[in-house]
Amino acid sequence: MSNRFRSILIGAILTFASAFGGLVLLPVWGLGNFKQVPDPETGEMIPPLLSNQEQRGLQVYVKNGCMYCHSQQVHPERARTDIARGWGSRRTVARDYMNHGRAQLGTMRTGPDLSNIGVRNPSSTWHLLHLYDPQTTSPGSTMPPFRFLFQEQEIYEDVPSPEALRLPDGFGPPEGIEVVPSPEVLDLVAYLQSLQLSEYEVPEAAAARIDSTIE
Amino acid sequence: MTPSDTAQSVEMTAPAAEQREMLQRRLEIDRAARWPVGIFLGSSILWLVLGSLLALAASIKMHDPEFLANNPWLTFGRVRPAHLNVVAYGWLSTAGIGIGLWILSRLCGVAIEEYRSLALAALLWNVGNVVGTWGILRGDSTAVEWLEYPTYAAPFLLISFTFVTMTAFSIMRRRRPGHIYISQFYIMAGFIWLPALFFTAHGLLVLFPVQAPAQPPINWWYAHNVLGLWFTPIALGAVYYLIPKIIGKPIHSYYLSIIGFWSLAFFYAWNGMHHLIGGPYPAFLITASVVASVMMFIPVVTVAINHHFTMIGHFKDLKYSPTLRFVVFGAMSYTLVSFQGSLSAIRELNYVTHFTHYTVAHAHLGAYAFASMVFFGAIYYIMPRLLEREWPSRGLIRVHFWGSAIGITIYFFMLSWGGLLQGIEMNLKETPFMEIVEATIPYLKWRSVGGSLMTIGHLAFMVSFAWMVIDRRNRGSEPTLFANRKPGETSSAP
Repeated sequence: MSNRFRSILIGAILTFASAFGGLVLLPVWGLGNFKQVPDPETGEMIPPLLSNQEQRGLQVYVKNGCMYCHSQQVHPERARTDIARGWGSRRTVARDYMNHGRAQLGTMRTGPDLSNIGVRNPSSTWHLLHLYDPQTTSPGSTMPPFRFLFQEQEIYEDVPSPEALRLPDGFGPPEGIEVVPSPEVLDLVAYLQSLQLSEYEVPEAAAARIDSTIE
Repeated sequence: MTPSDTAQSVEMTAPAAEQREMLQRRLEIDRAARWPVGIFLGSSILWLVLGSLLALAASIKMHDPEFLANNPWLTFGRVRPAHLNVVAYGWLSTAGIGIGLWILSRLCGVAIEEYRSLALAALLWNVGNVVGTWGILRGDSTAVEWLEYPTYAAPFLLISFTFVTMTAFSIMRRRRPGHIYISQFYIMAGFIWLPALFFTAHGLLVLFPVQAPAQPPINWWYAHNVLGLWFTPIALGAVYYLIPKIIGKPIHSYYLSIIGFWSLAFFYAWNGMHHLIGGPYPAFLITASVVASVMMFIPVVTVAINHHFTMIGHFKDLKYSPTLRFVVFGAMSYTLVSFQGSLSAIRELNYVTHFTHYTVAHAHLGAYAFASMVFFGAIYYIMPRLLEREWPSRGLIRVHFWGSAIGITIYFFMLSWGGLLQGIEMNLKETPFMEIVEATIPYLKWRSVGGSLMTIGHLAFMVSFAWMVIDRRNRGSEPTLFANRKPGETSSAP
């Protein structure tokens, strides 16, 4: 191996290592060890852990790629209009995400941000209708329908199941058929309802609130 | 000796005996590379076509959400990452491995000795891609951007790439004495960087995930560097090799090329965090990448001077040589996409353009108009030498070039414009969100038009490739050019 070749190798490894230190190791040390803290008012540990159902819901979110159109990060007012649009009461901070096994911050906003969708839209009925066919709740939306997360079944003895969707006229299945949510979509809705990232009074929240409004 | 080689003018000045020896050596190099490099290049084209179909499906879904909506395997959130991974690992990486190894082997003047293990690596690489794509579509996507292949696909890719990197080392170690050309710098570095990136990122994000807040920085360090430290070095190495080969003139400045390489190695590696501007991260982390992005002006300007100044006086060759036309299109796009990228990393511009279709258009300017176009050109150059046959139809090459060139132009300008509109309106708090969704739809339809043209080009490319491989009789007596040269015109090669 000539000196020339060796210097290319060493250089390629050193430049790579410098960025590895700065952009991988530093985040792992500095942003990878968050602990829960007690809420200053109630004493409950925040941010809360995801329940089993919410964790399963996150998996449904992950495998169906919701992240390719929806972000989960509230930005300060000087950057974007997230707070004015009601996407969150303050910018999100790193600790807000600590209990999400897989971060779903996203890089695209074909649809609105979901950091606080659980605050904005707490109703499970709304979410189920919206997932079954977005046109029922948001006419003009380009979100795909997730009908495959629901089952169609015959109505038994003319009495609809209690969990069957009450679809508006023109969206329903044929007469005598009802639409019931699958366990998967119920998990997903539970996860969406749990998304309230800006709502917890973590130690960084006060500073984040001030920073959110600095021009 | 292939018909194309006879036309090369670069070394024609060497004495006859030496020249014969050189041509004999080339022949041995190309015959050793025929199977392994041929499998990599041939399979990359199949992935290109599959990636295009997935892309078209995803694109149509964005303006027509009912399109293929009832099958979970084909929902937008699976088709889109399947497209990205298929084109990134199936098309660009597969072609990049083949092109990189062939150029390395030619420049080192030694044949690939490990052609059996390399052919096995090519098979493994394809198995990894099949398994990964199937995994995403069946619902095992990781939703880590650029790393959606599930863990069970990763070992195939890593083992295969280890063979590739070992082969590259073996070629470099056995090289004939003398000068190391800039393409060897780029390609060798790329073969080291990709496995290191993939191993680190897959380990820390998918296999043994770090706590969620630390994931996005690692994710964007990886995603941006797959482009910067893998596709870019292979493609730049190919441009540095092909332009001088075809026009028969050395590169403009050797010193500049070295500055370009080291500044790329240093600054590109620090890119990525600008994807997190506005997000929940310390300002210094993001600023490091903003600075590095802006510093990318140095490698980009040096490379631009080198590529474009070398071409001066030879633009008429674009009329004839398919390789040159694709490669110069790619080199020009590199300058454009890099300037655009440096500017988009600046906070005030990023506030408007990020989180919109503008960024998607930018990514395609890099991965398609630059890297893919260079790789197309390289494949047009390499295949006649591997198979000792010429391309069967200039018409098909023409369809490929114009389909790709017009397609990506429509794609880029329409989607960038739509994205800008989306970003500007999103930053006006009075504009209701649904109005923005509706306003972007015409541009998304134009994207489908551009994508269809690109797909037509890719189909022509696939037919052309298959025809060339199958038709043993048609060996051709001279290179397949876009137009026949008039008698007396110098300079050559397809």
